[in-house]
Amino acid sequence: MSLERVFADEPAFVPYVAAGDPTYEESLEYVEALERGGADVIELGLPFSEPIAEGSTIQEAVVRSLEGGMTPDRYFEFVEDLDVAVPLVCMTYYNLIAQYTHPETGETGPRAFARRADEVGIEGFVVVDLPAEEAEPLRAACDEFGQDLVFIIAPTTKGERLERMQENVSGYVYVQARLGVTGARDDVSDQTEESLARVDDWDVPKAVGFGIKTGEHAERIVSAGADGIIVGSALVDIIAEGADPEVDQPFAETAQRLESKARELKEGALAGAERAAAERSD
Amino acid sequence: MSTDKMFGEYGGQFVPESLMPAIEELTDAYERYVLDNEAGFVDEFQRRLADFGGRPLPLQHAESLSERYDTEVYLKREDLLHGGAHKLNNALGQVLLAKYMGKERIVAETGAGQHGTATAMAAAHLDMPCEIYMGETDIRRQRPNVFRMKINGAEITPVTTGRGTLKEAISETMRDWATTVETTHYVIGSVVGPAPFPRMVRDFQAVISEEAREQVQEKTGRLPDAVLACAGGGSNTMGAFHHFVDDEDVDLYAVEAGGSSLDVDEEAGVAPNSASLSTGEEGVLHGARTKLLQDSHGQIMESHSVSAGLDYAGVGPELAHLVDEDRVDAVNVDDDSALEAFHRLSQDEGVIPALETAHAFGYLEEHHDELGDLVIVNVSGRGDKDLETVLEETEKRDLDVAPDMSVLRAAAGSGGDL
Repeated sequence: MSLERVFADEPAFVPYVAAGDPTYEESLEYVEALERGGADVIELGLPFSEPIAEGSTIQEAVVRSLEGGMTPDRYFEFVEDLDVAVPLVCMTYYNLIAQYTHPETGETGPRAFARRADEVGIEGFVVVDLPAEEAEPLRAACDEFGQDLVFIIAPTTKGERLERMQENVSGYVYVQARLGVTGARDDVSDQTEESLARVDDWDVPKAVGFGIKTGEHAERIVSAGADGIIVGSALVDIIAEGADPEVDQPFAETAQRLESKARELKEGALAGAERAAAERSD
Repeated sequence: MSTDKMFGEYGGQFVPESLMPAIEELTDAYERYVLDNEAGFVDEFQRRLADFGGRPLPLQHAESLSERYDTEVYLKREDLLHGGAHKLNNALGQVLLAKYMGKERIVAETGAGQHGTATAMAAAHLDMPCEIYMGETDIRRQRPNVFRMKINGAEITPVTTGRGTLKEAISETMRDWATTVETTHYVIGSVVGPAPFPRMVRDFQAVISEEAREQVQEKTGRLPDAVLACAGGGSNTMGAFHHFVDDEDVDLYAVEAGGSSLDVDEEAGVAPNSASLSTGEEGVLHGARTKLLQDSHGQIMESHSVSAGLDYAGVGPELAHLVDEDRVDAVNVDDDSALEAFHRLSQDEGVIPALETAHAFGYLEEHHDELGDLVIVNVSGRGDKDLETVLEETEKRDLDVAPDMSVLRAAAGSGGDL
């Protein structure tokens, strides 16, 4: 069953955190807090040592997770240990998929990775450095195991590339709201409406990410036509503060802050949908 | 997938989506201007390589080494290129191409600083603003090149992530490029990265083997038995090899940095070498499928070499392919051999080589009996930039060939820091 289902009734809130950040146990709590706060799909990062598309916030999260011993197999164990009902998407870089060896079958590569992900209940993938041109082996594996392959549409994506991606995408399309790398911003990009217009006729939900930080941002993005919002750095910033030894914040408090932030973002998205409906009825 | 993005199973375009349109634009520009000489690009490039760069460069008969090894040794003197290393061939080509493409800004990364220096020079020469990303470890060990880049007007941005070397600098430059891609060209410094970079950089560097092949025939009436070049990312290697690849009787040796050991500490994620051709596994990094130093999970390892310019966990995809095809021999020498070779070449031939280059001479010292009667070694760059490192590393070792540096110690007054 495709991830499209979660966008059907109301705008979806799609948080990202890196699995294992800052520790395995705390991270389990944090992901569960995000669900309590209203997450509809969770993009769960599998950390790669060279995260070239990430800004400093997520890069530092990746370092914390890797230093805590995160590996692909530990990641799948993490997913099994999670107590959440919402669908999970694995967000990572291609080398970890290409190198993966299935612990039981001994098979290596995208099919082995997709199979193991399917066994633990992961429903889709976002692979940051895998453009549609290179995606065929993973696309085939996703088809075999009934998983979605989500592609990112950048502000620079145009013409034939858009068509190629439209043919390959499933679940939802990740609309990158601005050029550059991930990171929370104080204002949302005015490129959003233009970016959404380019995928207006696609028959998959459109989730906008990159730079969303507040409920007000979420409201503006959804009222501009997004079917969902993707938020990473603004949440990871909260985890980073909790992990700072000088702050000395109990992790239950960090979890509470994450839940509150999630609720703010989800409510912002809902308000955006109401605003859009009101504008339509005017 | 078009086969020209690949070298056998290596190569490809594994980058974030925001960069793909720029890569398509670059592919188009490469085909039009470099391959088809549209608007006279190649003519202008060759004119600037001659007038600004100083080409052609000599193929020097190395008399002392030839006697020492009882083998005719010739040096392809890329150290005499303007800026002191082969890097200008590529930097000038790419900055000029960026101008033809209408780009307004140049970014680049650098390890040893030679590529950064060459890019800063080319950008100054062609009046383009330029920002260079450099790991802070490399800034410390390559200070002379940092001065040169600044003096040529480049901005230097220190990279503090990871171990602060080339791998981190490349990642950081890709981040900049992802933000500014519409107006900026990323001058990748070696035959690495997404297609078309590996092929395009090789084409700009192929002037090395084009000249060397003609010169060796003029001087000796024959082709060499072997060509040796050091290999980090592999740009001087592919440049020195390209026009010999079809000459099957010419053996090609890519000499990697064996560092302090070929063993790895997987637990710590550290390889004490940079020998990705010799010891690496196939994987995907910085835009291409190639041979990498990585752990069993696919995480990239920290590499090591006494030479900052070879200190990289990957290698060009074409070189990986030629090694798999048995057309190129991937070999390596350790830090000690490279340092000894550095001193030997400096004393015997009056040529102070870059520490990168010294690896190729280290291999010549150890294996000259197996290389035939006529050998070309590519002197990829000059060693001025490495003098502080050489002093420091020589002090740590008991090298027979090293000169007595006590005069410097005495001048320092305390017998302590040099």
